[in-house]
Amino acid sequence: MVAEAGTTRRAVDSGWWSRALANNAPGYLFLLPWLIGFLGLTIGPIVTSLYLSFTNFDLLTAPRWVGADNYIRMFTNDAKFLASMRVTLFFVIFSVPLKLAFALGVALLLNRGMKGLPVYRALFYLPSLLGASVAIAILWRQLFAGDGVVNQFLAPLGIVGPSWISNPRYSLWTLIILSIWQFGSPMIIFLAGLRQIPQDMYEAASLEGASKWRVFWRITLPMLTPVVFFNAIIQTIEAFKSFTPAFIISAGTGNPINSTLFYTLYLYQEAFGFFRMGYASALAWFLLLLVACFTAFSFLTSKYWVHYDD
Amino acid sequence: MSVFSDAHKLTVVTEDSPAKRLRKRIYGVLAHVALIAASIAMLYPLLWMLSASFRPENEIFSGTLIPSSWSLGSYFRGWDGLRVSFGTFFWNSLVISVTCVIGNLIACSMAAFAFARLRFKGRSFWFAMMLMTLMLPSQVTLIPQYVLFRELGWVNTILPLVAPKFLAVDAFFVFLMVQFFRGIPRELDEAAMMDGCSAWRIYWKVMLPLSLPVLATAAIFTFIWTWDDFFAPLIYLNEMKQYTVMLGLRTFTDSTGESDFGGLFAMSVLSLVPIFVFFLFFQRLLIEGIATTGMKR
Repeated sequence: MVAEAGTTRRAVDSGWWSRALANNAPGYLFLLPWLIGFLGLTIGPIVTSLYLSFTNFDLLTAPRWVGADNYIRMFTNDAKFLASMRVTLFFVIFSVPLKLAFALGVALLLNRGMKGLPVYRALFYLPSLLGASVAIAILWRQLFAGDGVVNQFLAPLGIVGPSWISNPRYSLWTLIILSIWQFGSPMIIFLAGLRQIPQDMYEAASLEGASKWRVFWRITLPMLTPVVFFNAIIQTIEAFKSFTPAFIISAGTGNPINSTLFYTLYLYQEAFGFFRMGYASALAWFLLLLVACFTAFSFLTSKYWVHYDD
Repeated sequence: MSVFSDAHKLTVVTEDSPAKRLRKRIYGVLAHVALIAASIAMLYPLLWMLSASFRPENEIFSGTLIPSSWSLGSYFRGWDGLRVSFGTFFWNSLVISVTCVIGNLIACSMAAFAFARLRFKGRSFWFAMMLMTLMLPSQVTLIPQYVLFRELGWVNTILPLVAPKFLAVDAFFVFLMVQFFRGIPRELDEAAMMDGCSAWRIYWKVMLPLSLPVLATAAIFTFIWTWDDFFAPLIYLNEMKQYTVMLGLRTFTDSTGESDFGGLFAMSVLSLVPIFVFFLFFQRLLIEGIATTGMKR
C-alpha cells in the first residue's frame, strides 16, 4: 500500500515535472543569453559595486572595508565632487528643457503639412546621429576656440569673442549648445506624437473659433504630454550620463577650473586615473540613486500633468 | 437644415476668403524660410569641417567654404599621422562593430521572442526587470564589470566590448523587438504550432523572416552606436594597434592635433563616413525606429 502510494505520487510528481519542464523550458532556453547577461553583467555588478562603495579598493590589493567613509567624504571633504554635481545639474537643467523646446517648436512647424517634410526631418535628425562621435566633439572644440568659426562670424559685428571653450564662464554653455544641436531624435518622437492627436479635436476647436495659441495650450500640448514625459525622462538620463564631449573638449581634465567636469568624467578620473575603485563605486551608486529619484519623482508627479486617453 | 451643415458652410466660407488664404501662404513661406535658415545653421559646422579637410594646409582656418583649391594632403597626412595608421583603427572599429551587430541580432531577438511569444513562469517578472535596466546608468555596473573582465584576462582584447552583446545587455533593442513581435499576427505562429513546429522553428522560420525591418533597425543602430562608442574602448583597449577610430582621433587631438589640424579634420570626416552612409540609405528605417520608441509605451 505504502509502496503503491509512493509510486503513484512519484508518477504524479514526474508528470508535473515533465509538464513544467515542457511548458517552461523553451521560454527559458530563449531567454538564457539575456538571463546570463542580466545576472552576470547587470545585477551581480550592481550588488558588487554597492559593496565596493563601502571599501577602499585599488584593483591590486583586496578591498578594505571602510564603512560609509566614501559617502561621508563625498559630501564633507571633496570640492571636486561638489563642482561636478554643480556642473552636471546645471547642464541637465538648461540643456534638457531647451533641447525639448527646440524639438517641439520645429516639430510643430513641420507638422503643418509642410512640403519637403521628409527632407527637413532627415536634415534635422542628422546631428543626433553624429553627435555622440569624437569627431563632432573635435569640431566643437574648433568652432568655439579663440580663432574659431564662431568668432569669425562675430568679428564683422564688431564683437571680439573670447575663446569660449577655455573660458570657465562659457565653456559649459558650448556643451549645452552641442546638446541642443542634437534635438533631432526628440523632434521625431514629437512628430510621431503629433500625428496621433485626433484631427476632429482640431476641427471642433476651429468651429468654435479658438485662436491658434489657445488650440496649442488646450489641445496640442495636453494631448502631447505623454510624449513630452517620455522625451523628458530619456533626455534627462542621457544628460546625466553624458561623457564624450566634455572629455574631448577638456582633454579629459574637466577644465577650465572644473567648469566642464561632468559627473561621469569625475567618476572616470577617480576610477581609471587614480584607481580609487571604492570611491568611484560610491560615486556610481550616488548617480544611480539620483537617476532613480528623478525617475520616481517624474512618475509620481506624472498623474498631475500627463494626460492619458484611457 | 441642421446646425452642423451650417457650421460646415461657415468654415468653407472662411477658408475660401482670399485674405486668409494669402495669410496662410505667407505663413507657409515664412515657415520655409525659418526652416531653411535653421538647416543651414545646423549643417554649417559639418560643411565647414568637410571643407576644411580639403583645403591646402595654409588655408585651413582662413579659406572660404568652397575651397579655392582642393587638396587631399590632409587625408594623406592624417592617415599616417600616428605611429599606427588609421587603416588599422578603421579595421578594428569595423571588426568590433560587426561582431556587436551579430551579437545583438541573435541575443536580443531570442530574448524578445521569449518575452513576446513564449509562456513560462516568471515571464512578467523578468520582463519588468528588463524594462528597469533600460534606465540604468551604465556607470553603476562599470567597475565590477571591469574587475571581472580583468580577472578573465580580457583587458586589451575586444572581448569586453563584444561579448556582452551576445548576452543581450542592450535592453533597448530587446524592447524594440518585443514591440515589433507583438505586432505580428499570432495566428501565424499558432498555425505553425498546430503543424507541430518547435519553438525554435517558429522563431527561425516565422518570426525572424517577418521581422526584417526591426532587425535592420537594430543592426544599423548597433553599428552606429558601437562605431561611435568612446568610453568602452577607452578603458579596455590600451595598446595603440588595438585602437578604434574614436580612440585614434582622441590620441590625435592630444599629441599632434595642435600642429596638424588638417589631418585631424580629415580623419574626423572619414570617421563619420560610415554613419553618414547608413543615414543616406536607411534614414526612413532609422527615423521609424526612433519614432516607435516613443509610442505605445
